Amino acid sequence: MKHNLLFAGKNFIRMILLLAAVSVATFALVSASPIDPLQANVGQAALGSMSEAQKEKLRSYWGVDEPPVQRYLNWAKDALRGDFGTSLLYRQPVTSVIAVKLSNSLFLLVIAWIISGLLGFLLGVIAGVFRGRPADRLVKGYCLVIASTPAFWLALLLLLIFSVWLKVLPIGLSVPIGMEASGVTFLDRVRHAILPALTLSITGISNVALHTREKMIDIMESDYVLFAQARGEKAGSIVRRHALRNVLLPALTLQFASISEIIGGSVLVEQVFSYPGLGQAAVAAGTGSDVPLLMGITLITAAIVFLGNFIANLLYGVVDPRIRKGGRRT
Amino acid sequence: MSCTGKRHILEIDELSVSFYQYENDHSSRQVELPVISRLSVSVHEGEIVAVVGSSGSGKSLLAHAILGMLPYNARVSGQMYFDGELLTAEKMKELRGNKIAFVPQSTTYLDPLMKVGEQVSQGRKNAARRQRQRSLFARYGLEKDVDNKYPFECSGGMTRRVLLTSALMDEPELIIADEPTPGMDLALAKKSMEDFRIFADEGHGVLLITHDIELALEVADRVAVFYAGTTIEEAPVADFASEETLRHPYTKALWRAMPQNGFVPLPGVQPYVKDMPQGCPFGPRCSMYSEKCQGDIPMQRVGCATVRCVQYKGEPLAVEAHHIHGETAPAPHHTKT
Repeated sequence: MKHNLLFAGKNFIRMILLLAAVSVATFALVSASPIDPLQANVGQAALGSMSEAQKEKLRSYWGVDEPPVQRYLNWAKDALRGDFGTSLLYRQPVTSVIAVKLSNSLFLLVIAWIISGLLGFLLGVIAGVFRGRPADRLVKGYCLVIASTPAFWLALLLLLIFSVWLKVLPIGLSVPIGMEASGVTFLDRVRHAILPALTLSITGISNVALHTREKMIDIMESDYVLFAQARGEKAGSIVRRHALRNVLLPALTLQFASISEIIGGSVLVEQVFSYPGLGQAAVAAGTGSDVPLLMGITLITAAIVFLGNFIANLLYGVVDPRIRKGGRRT
Repeated sequence: MSCTGKRHILEIDELSVSFYQYENDHSSRQVELPVISRLSVSVHEGEIVAVVGSSGSGKSLLAHAILGMLPYNARVSGQMYFDGELLTAEKMKELRGNKIAFVPQSTTYLDPLMKVGEQVSQGRKNAARRQRQRSLFARYGLEKDVDNKYPFECSGGMTRRVLLTSALMDEPELIIADEPTPGMDLALAKKSMEDFRIFADEGHGVLLITHDIELALEVADRVAVFYAGTTIEEAPVADFASEETLRHPYTKALWRAMPQNGFVPLPGVQPYVKDMPQGCPFGPRCSMYSEKCQGDIPMQRVGCATVRCVQYKGEPLAVEAHHIHGETAPAPHHTKT
């Protein structure tokens, strides 16, 4: 118990440090960007019609002329109190913008995460067990092709096929155009999520499958599988009793580690599908010099990725007897 | 045919195993590496036969070959008979874990994520098997709590005992034990050897693969001496009482190298598979080496032993003759299954 608390405490401190580092890095990058926050947020035309005094007032209101370190400290002080500021683009508190965008994205991310995890694992196991046979070659071929395909290109391809040619799925956004929010059904949302989720899944599968395959091959060549064979266990029983059990642990790590890749991929994919999620908001915040929103989004995604890895570590301790019991002894 | 007139449990006739490997990292040309060549050995009922050879000489592959578990790039030729029946790839699959049990060499042969009790009984649900596993564990001093341990929680000696009990689970006809005793203390090693003895005396056979000639002489009925991938002599243990009763020059040298017999080392090393000499593999180190040794030297039966040396004129082995299958059996050519 004490060991577990220590483990959780250590990881919590690590997460705080990580988030601090991420916020500094993001801030430094935004400060170094050539975008003029005034022009980006007020607009070229409006800015042109303003008097110098008005501009000066706006400048001091936003604190544009303060040194970056001072600005960062201002932000950090408020952030520590839970106030992440107001988004310049959406004119709403950053937290509520993120809440809306995240709930949109989460729908996509979770679907893609589950599908790519399950299918990737399944394909990886099949390829590993039937190494060198047609099934393996098929899976490997698929994975290598997909792994070398950019996600946005794949997204465009799917759009072209399903939305433009076949016209069976919507071309973008998360809800039908011109419909009242109250009239949007769950089915509408699902229909709009299919293509982006599919893109993310297809690209996610290859990574999971290739890693699982590699692990599976190691296991099938291990001494204990050989011994199981020597004891007369049939191939099916070996896979069920020994191989799956042993491949599940690395697969678990892989699954949680893939969160970061799916979130990363979603930035591009949401852009292609004009899907109003976190990824698209991140791009808008970056190009629009919406510093508070960008900071909020990077922090939340960093925290999600970190938590994913943390959960994997915790599950390892629960699932793997070597860690569970070994940790208890020392 | 055999000296004892007992039933043959296992007969291996001119078994050769070679591996196909890439010549080197940059080459796509494959070369054939012969690791076992024309090895003959037999196990009769009630017998413990020890195959003795130095470490890294390919002894373990013999066990894998009998069980049909060689890697995919291995090539096998020669015949093996189990209980008078030709061992084909299918037959091996059918017999292993059932009539033929295997005690592996290393402790990595246990599934790291399965409790040892469950591994030995091969399933939790079967009460009878559970029962048998428990009683076997008890016989080897493995307490009840060991059932629920994972391999990483077991000491080396415990793991050896677990592996041993797993072989005894299914009441096999033949046990192939690959270095079963390292890591056990003397008392336990003796105990497991006694158990092999009891097992053999019940009318079964044990093929003990080991580098430990003293252990072999203590427990085995016959000893087959393994040199550079083949057996050069197979003799009853009694023949090891003196140098004169032994036949092959290498066996004699081995005898002289034992502490109680003078501790005289034999200069030189066994040839590596890639530069094997023509004819007798022991030739370059043999004091009686002559031109005759460069040809093909068959295994011959001399008295109650067999030897592969030109000095002896005996009768040919003719393994096939004492099998119900009169016809020439096809060489079992199998790949990884």
